[in-house]
Amino acid sequence: MIVNELVAKFNLEVVAGPELGKEIDGVYCGDLLSNVMARAKKNNLWITVQGHQNVVAVALLVDISAVILVEGFEYDEKAVKKACDKGVNLLRTKKKSYTLTCKFCESNL
Amino acid sequence: MSKQKLMEKEIESFDFQSGGEASSQLKNMLRKLGVDSKIVRKTAIVTYELEMNVVIHSEGGRLKAAVSAQELEIDVIDDGPGIPDLDKAFTPGFSTASDEIREMGFGAGMGLVNVKRYADKIDVESSENGTHVKVIIKLVN
Repeated sequence: MIVNELVAKFNLEVVAGPELGKEIDGVYCGDLLSNVMARAKKNNLWITVQGHQNVVAVALLVDISAVILVEGFEYDEKAVKKACDKGVNLLRTKKKSYTLTCKFCESNL
Repeated sequence: MSKQKLMEKEIESFDFQSGGEASSQLKNMLRKLGVDSKIVRKTAIVTYELEMNVVIHSEGGRLKAAVSAQELEIDVIDDGPGIPDLDKAFTPGFSTASDEIREMGFGAGMGLVNVKRYADKIDVESSENGTHVKVIIKLVN
């Protein structure tokens, strides 16, 4: 599945979508950046409550296909600008991490 | 063995806007050089943790990288105030980060632990004048 298809299927908001054609391969949930750096894999979706600019730096370094900010949290303006500049997809939903993760599991993501 | 300088980049204290830029720049260079993707990933983890340590804990510093056919050498040097207790700094879960920093997802006490895990060799020298972390990542077995 590519990010654009994910957005349509799960009704996600695109806050920054410079690379919506990226392939998705698995999901990582986490808010501690050191853990994300060490454990998330290339082309993972990253579900988090962190919306600040360094999330973009981590997503870029790990080759995350899209960051999904959950529970209605907002991205910082600087994060959005950086994501557009660097080619990182930032998505958003009001759903909880668990709810979204369950839906992804049902879809074999 | 002589190494070729790849990059040197200044890291500003508390500059979260640019935090990760040096690591990203090095990652792109290694990719262009055709370095194995697993080694690029190890390097990215190591350099990101060290770079953010400079951003969060120091008065600023720099990241240098040099390469030979056998290994990559990364030097991260800051201008203080130094790590008071190195043993504690390498203890999983130990952190001196503020609540504000922790709320951003840093300060879990896993930074240097991750560096040690992914580096093939690490040397740390620290005094009140600054900290120098030297990491070697092997490019060949």
